[in-house]
Amino acid sequence: MSADIVGWLRRYGTSLFLASLIGFFSLENSRFLSLRNVTNILTEVSIYGIIAVGMTFVILTAGVDLAVGSLLAFAGMSGAYVMRALGADYSLSWLVAMSTATAVGALVGYLQGKAVTLFNIPPFIVTLGGLTIWRGATLILNDGSPIAGFDANYRWWGTGAILGVPVPVAIFAVVVAAGLITQRHTRYGRYIYAVGGNPEAARLNGLDVPAIITSVYLIVGALAGLAGFILSARLGAAEAVGGVGYELRVIASVVIGGASLAGGRGGIGGTIVGALLIGVLTNGLVIMHVSSYWQQIVIGLIIVAAVAFDAYAKSRR
Amino acid sequence: MTGTLLAVRGVHKSFPGVKALDGVDLEVRAGEVHALLGENGAGKSTLLKILSGAQQADRGEVVLDAVTLDPQGAPRDRQCLGLITIYQEFNLLPFMSIAENLYLGREPTRRGFIDWAALHDNARTLLATLGLEVDPRREVRHLSVAHQQMVEIGRAVAQRAKLIVMDEPTAALSGREVDILHGVIRELKARGVSFIYVTHRLDEVKRVCDSYTVLRDGRFVARGEVKDVEIRGLVNLMVGRDVEFAKLVRAAPLGETVLAIEGVSRARDSSGRHAMPLQDLSIDIKAGEILGFAGLVGAGRTELARIIFGADRCDQGVMYLQGLKMSPLRSPQEAIRAGIALVPEDRKQQGCFLEQSITQNMTLPSLPRLARWRIFVDEARERQMVEKYQAALRIKMASPRVAIGTLSGGNQQKVLLARCMALRPKVLIVDEPTRGIDIGAKSEVHQLLSTMAESSIALIVISSEMSEVLALSDRIVVFREGCISGILDEQAATEGRLMQLMAISTPTAAAGAGG
Repeated sequence: MSADIVGWLRRYGTSLFLASLIGFFSLENSRFLSLRNVTNILTEVSIYGIIAVGMTFVILTAGVDLAVGSLLAFAGMSGAYVMRALGADYSLSWLVAMSTATAVGALVGYLQGKAVTLFNIPPFIVTLGGLTIWRGATLILNDGSPIAGFDANYRWWGTGAILGVPVPVAIFAVVVAAGLITQRHTRYGRYIYAVGGNPEAARLNGLDVPAIITSVYLIVGALAGLAGFILSARLGAAEAVGGVGYELRVIASVVIGGASLAGGRGGIGGTIVGALLIGVLTNGLVIMHVSSYWQQIVIGLIIVAAVAFDAYAKSRR
Repeated sequence: MTGTLLAVRGVHKSFPGVKALDGVDLEVRAGEVHALLGENGAGKSTLLKILSGAQQADRGEVVLDAVTLDPQGAPRDRQCLGLITIYQEFNLLPFMSIAENLYLGREPTRRGFIDWAALHDNARTLLATLGLEVDPRREVRHLSVAHQQMVEIGRAVAQRAKLIVMDEPTAALSGREVDILHGVIRELKARGVSFIYVTHRLDEVKRVCDSYTVLRDGRFVARGEVKDVEIRGLVNLMVGRDVEFAKLVRAAPLGETVLAIEGVSRARDSSGRHAMPLQDLSIDIKAGEILGFAGLVGAGRTELARIIFGADRCDQGVMYLQGLKMSPLRSPQEAIRAGIALVPEDRKQQGCFLEQSITQNMTLPSLPRLARWRIFVDEARERQMVEKYQAALRIKMASPRVAIGTLSGGNQQKVLLARCMALRPKVLIVDEPTRGIDIGAKSEVHQLLSTMAESSIALIVISSEMSEVLALSDRIVVFREGCISGILDEQAATEGRLMQLMAISTPTAAAGAGG
């Protein structure tokens, strides 16, 4: 392959693959592109996509957060728990749950970020610990049983629609827009790339590197909390097993989207393509009656192939 | 001392834009210690890499023991032939034991398993011949720098080295450790091992070396016997250069004292990060002045600069900024806010964000000033800033959006200078302003620094190139082994005087060291 083609594929390969998958599935099964199914895919994607926006920032700083799935459950459960503790039947119950979930997520993210920067523990280890800590905390919080009994206003955040657009999708769109603006047009966005690209140079340019690193874990934590609230609203219950394995989908979205785990390279645009790719693939394979066992294998292969191609393209420069 | 062990003939090596070696010859006899001398950038490192097989020469041949070496040979092949290079950065495995490091890949075995008893016995014997009394089962990371170096030498001996190449072996050693190292070198020499010894410390050449070769600007200058030459003679061979930088004359008078540092000290760090203790360093600098920092690498010049900039801590010392007494700064962030800027010594590791655009690289520390509502980057003003400095510094680029990694070294350096200028600093520290950039860009950068001083910025210029320090500076602070060995004003500063202050303890000690 000539260098030009390799470069082009590196840039647009994932989008091209996504487009051909959509083409393939829609030819295989006419229901794939039905409004109902598309809405379904987008709603699924939205919940982990919201977290993937924050994860992009984390990975841009050469970090990773393995705890997001557990944190989603813990924050979602905390929101429902506080709401119920205040008496279930009041008009702004959703607001209590939403702000509690987001705040708990942000606080936990902040603590994990502090552990990374203060004690210089690799983020992989801190959040691997978090992965089991917050799952355990979720189970303790309500003795392992779900909290249900939400009112209609609460449920609207997971099942309602605005002008035909499902609410989770609308929230995802807002989060993506905010993320893109941050990434492209703010000082903070520049600082994230600088810290990830060359932390020593960032420090010598007067950046507070530990504070910036802590902040990205706070952001991804808050978004995991928000996603936890939305998932509970969608399912009608906050479940202790909610979000199991989400860390894989979230990290895979970012990596398939072209971000480098070494930091400094990638972006939210790519992450959205990566998240859609996983959503389309999962849904398409279900429609084609491929067993969920095989789905896992396919998704794993695609993650490895995406990174392998990236490494190959890089070596060709 | 008998026949020739190593002969290098007519070696050429070019890198894009630079001729690193231009027909270099080198000859080392069996059982001698040969000094390879030259200023920074003379081509010593490139020659060492070609010898070790890490790089390939464009032309020329290397003959070891009457066998011409395969120019494509990998470092491993050269080691098997007995040509072993010990770099400043050791190649040891810190979490493995001394014995394992000594015999890595050649462990004694019994029925396919490692024979630990034999391994430790062999290691103990080997360490004893080096006069090193440590348990071979200790992990290497617990050893001092000097002992780690002994392990490196031991490994070379275990590989039956005929020729050991040592790059600045004493840069991180204390006086006593240097004596021990020299003892080991003499011992191995008596057993027929040859050495190539690269150093800036000419008194050591007199003490431990038999013969020498001097390189200058990638060319062979001279070779001879150490006993026939005085240190001053070596200095002249090293510095007498064809290209001299013109002394830049500035019209503007000096202003008030902007920055003064008093009594900065720092203990030696056992982790080896700060190998040299700093002792009672004091300097001052006026607006519009260029203060040169000269000295060998590790002598304290970069170390002091980093303390001034808040990038490293010191144990003691005070700082006066425009007459205001303050404790040393705790972070580069504080320094930048106080009006101090730094262009770091290592452009790629400490300066550039290589994958990011020229714009992002240039404006990063200025973003607080370029922000709207303190959050958003005002991209129009940012573009103006980049255009202004692109024109002023004549930075050659396809577009400000391309990655800085695609620029030449000279243009990268200009972007980093622009980054600091945009901060409008009171004090600007430039560490190695022209390292790795071609000669035309060098004089351009010199002109720029001179112009900046005229606009009454106080400049500190650190350089290993003495002609550079001499051409730019109003006064020169010379560092030696963590102390300031002298401050020369313009009239008193000559290359010979600088070399003396940099490399030689005292004139009498140097004269006495010949015996």
